[in-house]
Amino acid sequence: MTCVHLLLTLVFAVSLGTPVEIQRPRGVPLTSIQFYVENKPFTCLDGSRTISFDRVNDDYCDCKDGSDEPGTAACPNGSFHCTNAGYRPMFIPSSRINDGICDCCDTTDEYNSGAKCENTCKELGRKEREVLQKMAEITKEGFLLKQHLIEEAKKGQQEKQSKVTDMQGNKKQLDEKVEVLRTVKETAEQPEKEAKERHLKAWEEQKAAIRLEKDKAKMAEAFLELDDNADGFVSVSELQSHAELDADADGTLTETEAQGLMGGAEQVDTSTFESVWPNIKDKYHSEVSREEADMSCLVSSEVPFGQKVFFLEKTVVKLSAQKARDDFEEAEKALREMDDQIRNIEKELSFDFGPDAEFTYLYSQCYELTTGEYIYRLCPFNRVSQKPKYGGSETNLGTWGSWSGPENNKYLLMKYDHGTGCWQGPNRSTTVKLTCGKETVVTSTSEPSRCEYLIEFTTPAVCQEPANTDLSPHDHEEL
Amino acid sequence: MVSLREVCGIIIFRWVPLIVLLCVSARAVDRSNFKTCEQSAFCKRQRELKPGRSPYRALLDTLELSDSRITLQLINDNNKVRLLLELYRLQGNMTRVKINELKPLKPRYEVPDVLISDPITETLSVVSQDENSLVLSLGGKDQRLIVSAQPFRLDIVEGPQVLVSLNSRGLLAFEHLRARKDTSISHKISSTVGSMWDSLKKEEDKPGMWEETFKSHTDSKPNGPSSISLDFSLPGVEHVYGIPEHADTLKLKNTDGSDPYRLYNLDVFQYELHNPMALYGAVPVLISHSTDRTMGIFWLNAAETWVDISSNTAGKMMFGKILDFVQVSSEAPQTDVRWISESGIIDVFIMLGPKPADVFTQYASLTGTQSFPPLTALAYHQCRWNYNDQEDVKSVDQGFDEHDIPYDFIWLDIEHADGKRYFTWDPSKFPQPKEMLQGLMDKRRKLVAIVDPHIRVDNGYKIHNEILSKNFYVKNKDGGDYEGWCWPGNSGYPDFTNPEMRAWWASKFAYEQYEGSMENQYVWNDMNEPSVFNGPEVTMHKDALHGGWEHRDVHNLYGLYVQKATADGLVERSGGVERPFVLTRAFFAGSQRYGAVWTGDNAAEWGHLKISIPMCLSLGLAGISFCGADVGGFFKHPSAELLVRWYQAGAYQPFFRAHAHIDTPRREPWLFGPENTALIREAIRQRYALLPYWYQLFYNAHRTGYPVVRPLWVEYPNDVATFSIEDEYLIGKDLLVHPVTDEGATAVTAYLPGKGEVWYDVHTFQKHDGEQSLYIPVTMSSIPVFQRGGSIICRKDRVRRSSSCMENDPYTLYAALNSQGSAEGELYIDDFHTFNFEKAKQFVHRHLSFSANTLSSRNLAPDSQFSTASWIEKIVIIGGSQPSSATLKNAESALEFEFDSTLAVLTLRKPGVNAAADWTVILR
Repeated sequence: MTCVHLLLTLVFAVSLGTPVEIQRPRGVPLTSIQFYVENKPFTCLDGSRTISFDRVNDDYCDCKDGSDEPGTAACPNGSFHCTNAGYRPMFIPSSRINDGICDCCDTTDEYNSGAKCENTCKELGRKEREVLQKMAEITKEGFLLKQHLIEEAKKGQQEKQSKVTDMQGNKKQLDEKVEVLRTVKETAEQPEKEAKERHLKAWEEQKAAIRLEKDKAKMAEAFLELDDNADGFVSVSELQSHAELDADADGTLTETEAQGLMGGAEQVDTSTFESVWPNIKDKYHSEVSREEADMSCLVSSEVPFGQKVFFLEKTVVKLSAQKARDDFEEAEKALREMDDQIRNIEKELSFDFGPDAEFTYLYSQCYELTTGEYIYRLCPFNRVSQKPKYGGSETNLGTWGSWSGPENNKYLLMKYDHGTGCWQGPNRSTTVKLTCGKETVVTSTSEPSRCEYLIEFTTPAVCQEPANTDLSPHDHEEL
Repeated sequence: MVSLREVCGIIIFRWVPLIVLLCVSARAVDRSNFKTCEQSAFCKRQRELKPGRSPYRALLDTLELSDSRITLQLINDNNKVRLLLELYRLQGNMTRVKINELKPLKPRYEVPDVLISDPITETLSVVSQDENSLVLSLGGKDQRLIVSAQPFRLDIVEGPQVLVSLNSRGLLAFEHLRARKDTSISHKISSTVGSMWDSLKKEEDKPGMWEETFKSHTDSKPNGPSSISLDFSLPGVEHVYGIPEHADTLKLKNTDGSDPYRLYNLDVFQYELHNPMALYGAVPVLISHSTDRTMGIFWLNAAETWVDISSNTAGKMMFGKILDFVQVSSEAPQTDVRWISESGIIDVFIMLGPKPADVFTQYASLTGTQSFPPLTALAYHQCRWNYNDQEDVKSVDQGFDEHDIPYDFIWLDIEHADGKRYFTWDPSKFPQPKEMLQGLMDKRRKLVAIVDPHIRVDNGYKIHNEILSKNFYVKNKDGGDYEGWCWPGNSGYPDFTNPEMRAWWASKFAYEQYEGSMENQYVWNDMNEPSVFNGPEVTMHKDALHGGWEHRDVHNLYGLYVQKATADGLVERSGGVERPFVLTRAFFAGSQRYGAVWTGDNAAEWGHLKISIPMCLSLGLAGISFCGADVGGFFKHPSAELLVRWYQAGAYQPFFRAHAHIDTPRREPWLFGPENTALIREAIRQRYALLPYWYQLFYNAHRTGYPVVRPLWVEYPNDVATFSIEDEYLIGKDLLVHPVTDEGATAVTAYLPGKGEVWYDVHTFQKHDGEQSLYIPVTMSSIPVFQRGGSIICRKDRVRRSSSCMENDPYTLYAALNSQGSAEGELYIDDFHTFNFEKAKQFVHRHLSFSANTLSSRNLAPDSQFSTASWIEKIVIIGGSQPSSATLKNAESALEFEFDSTLAVLTLRKPGVNAAADWTVILR
C-alpha cells in the first residue's frame, strides 16, 4: 500500500521548457523497489556506476542500462512499469512516457504531456476477465473434446493398426490363394492350349494342301493358255509369247531363254509342264487375271472345315478354363485391393497427427469458408483450394507440407505449399493457423502477401489443459 | 506504382488483349516501347545538322533597346525567315535569351506557371557597336555580352575569359511554322523557280514533318514542323551535371556515340541503369562546374527535349569580335551542349554563378525553392502496393510498436479505392476509413492515399461526371474527350493546364468532398507523366488538345500541374493553415514548390541502390531536394542484406520510404529475423535522431534554394578529386555519408574532402583528416557517416514511435571542433506543420557557435517569436580538451561533465536551458 500512496501523492514540476523534476522512483515495479531507496546513493542495476538519489528520474540518462530513469523518457533503453490496478501490470519502453499517447490504462505514462488519458483499467480488466472466462470455457470444453478426440484417435489408430495386421495376415492367405488359383488356371488352360496347338497344326496342313491344289489348278490353266494351238504341248514359241518370263529383263524372251525355262526341251506335255511350272509361275501373267483374282478371293474367304471343328472343341475346353481364369482374376483383384487398403492405412498411420494423435479426426475431412468472392476449402493433411463463388475453375493454394509452428509447439501452424504458380511469382502457399475452439471451422482467410494465404482455423485439438479455473477478479489486480 | 508492370498485363488483359504482349514480355525495360532520337522525327532532323557556319545573321539595324531588354531581328539566309531575339540582364547575375519567330503563323507556346514571377531585369547598355558586332555591358563585373552578326553568335565574357558561347557551333535551328503546301504545286514551283525555292522544298521534304508514326501510333502533326535547337559552348568546363531524370551517373556523359539525354516524362516499366532514356520527370537545368566557375543553363521548354553533350577543345570556334576580348588557348578543354525541343520557343536562362551557391540562388529566384515540408514528412514512411484492408493497416501499425520501430506514415496504393475511382474507398476493404485514420491519429501517425490523375470513365462516378459536365477533360485531336487505358480501364485525363480545372480539383480534397478523409491523410500523385497504357510510349498522344495547345507543347508540365493542384487542395482544406505533403512521380522545373518526388519503379537490385544516390543528387542540383528511392526496391524481392543496406542508405536520403510491388513477398522490417529487425530499427532510429538537422536543412533549402543533399564538389568546388564522386555525398555541409552499396562488403573507401579539415565518425567519434581516401572496414551494422570538424549538429536522441511524439523532446548538441578548436551550427524550431513560421514569423532560429572555449546560442531571427518546450539535454564536444570547469553563464551554475580522453569527447550534463533561450557555456 505504501507504493500506491506514493504514486498518488507525487508532485511534478509541470512547466514548459524545463526538465521534469520527479521526486519519486516513478515507473519502478514492486519487485525492484528495494533498489531505489530514497536519499541513498543509487547504483545502476547493471552495477556500472553509483549516482546520488536525486539523479534518479531527473530526466537525464546516467546509467547505460537506463535503470536510473524508470519514470522518464531520458534513456533510450529504459522501461517503465505501470501498475494498472484493476488490469494487468505491464512494462512499456520508456520512449512511450509522455509522448502524448495513452499506453498505460492507469494513465501513469502520460503525466506531463498534456494528453487527456482516462483510467480504463477497470473496464479493460472487466473485459479481459470476460474474454478470459469465455476463453477458459472454450478451452475447458475444447480440452474435453480433445480428450475425446485423442481417445477416438487412439482407438481408431489401434483399430487401424490391428486391421493392418489382420489384413497383412489375410493378405498372406490371399497371396497363397492367388498362387493356387494361378496353378489351377494354368492347368485348366492346358487342354485348351493343346487343342489350340493341335488344330493350328491341322489348319496349317490343310492350308498347304489347299495352296497346292490351287497351284495345280493354276498350272493346268496356264498350260491350256500357253498351248495356243491346243495340241496338248506347250512349245518354245508358245512360251515366248509371254515376254514377262524374260530372265535377263532385256524385254524379250529369246528362244534360248525359253528353252532354258523348259529344261532344254522343244515342247512339253502336261506332265512335263509340272517341272517347268515352278520356273515360270512367279512371273507368269495369266491372260485371264480377273478370273484368277475371283478365285483367290474365293479361296481366302473360305472357312475351312477343320477350323470349325476347332471352335467346337474350344468351347468345351474353355468352359472349364474360364472358370479357373475368373477365380484367379478375382483373387488377384482382391489382393490388389487389399494392398491398396493396407497402403492407405499405413499412409494415414504415417502422418504426424500430433503428440496424442489429436489431429487424426481432420484426416480426409474438408472445411469450407465462403467469402465475398471465393469459396475456400481446407482439407487438412491434403490440400487447400480456392474457387470463385460465381463459377470458374478451382485454384490449388497448396498441398500438405508440414507442421510449421514455433519450436515449442509446431502444431499451431500448418504449411501447405507447391500450389498453382502465380504469374511472374512464386507457387501459391497457405499457412493455416490453428486456435483452440469447440468447433472445427475455418474462421477467416486472407492473402497477406501476393499468393501467400493465411487461414485461421479453430479446432479442439489445440486446446491446452486449463491451468486454473478459478477466475475470481482479485487475481488480476496487483494490489 | 508503375504502369506497364505485371499487373497491367492482367488488367489490360480484360480490355485490350493487344497490349498484353507489351506488358508481359518485359522483364527489364522494353526499349522498343520508347523512341530513340533516330525514331523521333524532329530529333533526327535536328541531329543531322552538323556543326558549321550558321545560316543565321543578326540584323544589327533592327536593334531596339529599352530599360529591361534588347531586341534584334535574326534572319536565316537560307529561307529568309526572320526571328526575334530578346536579351535580358536579370538580377542576380543571369542572362536570359529568348528567340521566337518574328511573325509566327500562330503563337508558339511559352511555358507558363514555372517562373515564380517575372524575373527582375537590370539595365543592359551598349558598350560598342560596329558593322558586325554589338558589345553590351552586363553590369559591373567586367562582363560583356557580345553579339556577332554574321554568322550570328552570342558570347558572354568576363574579363579575358569566355564564359559561354551560344550558336558558336552554328546549331541554332528554328523550324518556323508554315502552311502545309500541296506537294504537286510546290513541285511545279521548284522546277521552274530558282534555288531559293529549292532550299525551301528541301526543308519541307524531310520525313516526319507533317505526320509521324511510331509503332501503331500516328501523330497527326497538324501544325507541321516546329522544333528548335541551340548550342552552348562552355570553355574550360569538363564537368556538367543535372538535367534529371535519368538513371545515370552524376556527371553527365559525352553523348557523341549514343543517344542524347532525353527529357520526356514517361512511365518506363523496369527501367535500365546507365542510359540516357527519359524517365518520369524532367528538369531542363544543366549545371557546369570547373575550379574557376559554376554556371547553369535553364532551358525553359516543356516539349520533348533532347540534350547532347560533347567534349571539345576551346578555341576552335573562336573568331571575330570576341578575339578582341579574350586570349584563347586551343588546348583548354570545353564542353559543348546542344538542346533540341519539339515545339515552343527558345527561352534560356544562363545562370552565371560564379559559385555553386550562386547558381542555386539564381535558379531559385526563377523557379522558387523547395517547399518546406511538415516535419513528419521527413520521417519514415511505410508503403506497399497494397496494404490490403483496414485490418492490415492496423496490424502493420501494431507491428511497428511491437518491434519498437518508429514510423510516421503508412501508405495506401491504388487498391484502396473503390474500383480505382480515386477519392473513394473500397467498401469491403476500407468500410470505415475514418475509424482507421482516427486509430492512426491516436498514435500520432498519418496516412497517405494515392490519387492518380486518370479518371475512370464511369457515369456512376461523381468525379468523372463533374469533370464531364464542366468539360475539363483533355481533348483528342478531333475535339472529343481524350480517353486512354490506365488502372481503372478506360480513363479520361483532366486538363490540369486549365487553372479552373485545377481549382476544381483542389476543392475535391475538402473534408466534406473527399468522404472518409481526415487531416492526418495526405496524398500521392502517381502516373502523372501522364501514363496512358495504350498511348504512344505509354503516354498521351501529342496531338491531344489542352485548350488551344497541343499536348506536344505542354507534356512535361502535366505532372507539375497535377501535384500543384493537389498541394493546393491540401492547403485549402485546412483553411490555408497546414503545410501540404504530396508525393509525385512526374515533375518539371518548379515542382520543388509542391512537395516530394521519388525515383519511380526501381528494382531490388544492388545497382538500383547505388544509382539512387546520383539520381537524387542530380535532382537536388536542379532544385528538387525532397527526393528518395523506394527502399528495398519496388520490383523483385530483396535479400535481407540488400534490404538492410537500403534502409541504412535510405535513412540518410531526404525522402525515406519503403515500398514494394504487389507481387513481392511482404517485407515489413520485422520479417527478416531478429538480427535484421534490429539493424533496420537502428537505421530508422538514426533518421529520427537527426530529424532536427534535416528539418533545419529543409528550412534553409526553402529559404535559399540550396540543395539539402549535395555532391561533394558543391562544398569543395576547388577539389577536382570530388568532381565525379557519386557514391558518397553531403547532407547540408556538415555530414558526409558513404552508404554501403555492395553485396558482401567488408569495407568502403570514403573520400574525406577539405585540406586542413577534420572529420569525425559520428558513431565512434574517431577523428580523420580531410583530403584523404579513407579505408573503412564495415560490418552489417555500419553506416559510414562523418561530421565535419567545425560544425554543431542538433539531434533529438530520444527516439519515439513517431516524429510528432518527439515534438517537445530535448536536444543534444554535437559540436565537432575543427583544427582551430571552433565550431558552429544552427537550430531551427517551429510548430513543425503550419505556415505560421512564414505568415506569423513563429519560429526559433538560433546560431550556435563554439570558439575560445565558449559555446553560445544566439538568435538569428530577433523579429520572430516562438516558444518551445524543448530544452538542451546534453552537449557533446568532440575533439576538444579537458576543462577544469564548465559554467552555464545564464544561471552561473556549474555544469557537471565527463571527458573521454582517448577520443577527446567532452559531455556536458544537462544544461537544461530552453532551446529558444540565449545562453552561454564557458569552459575553463
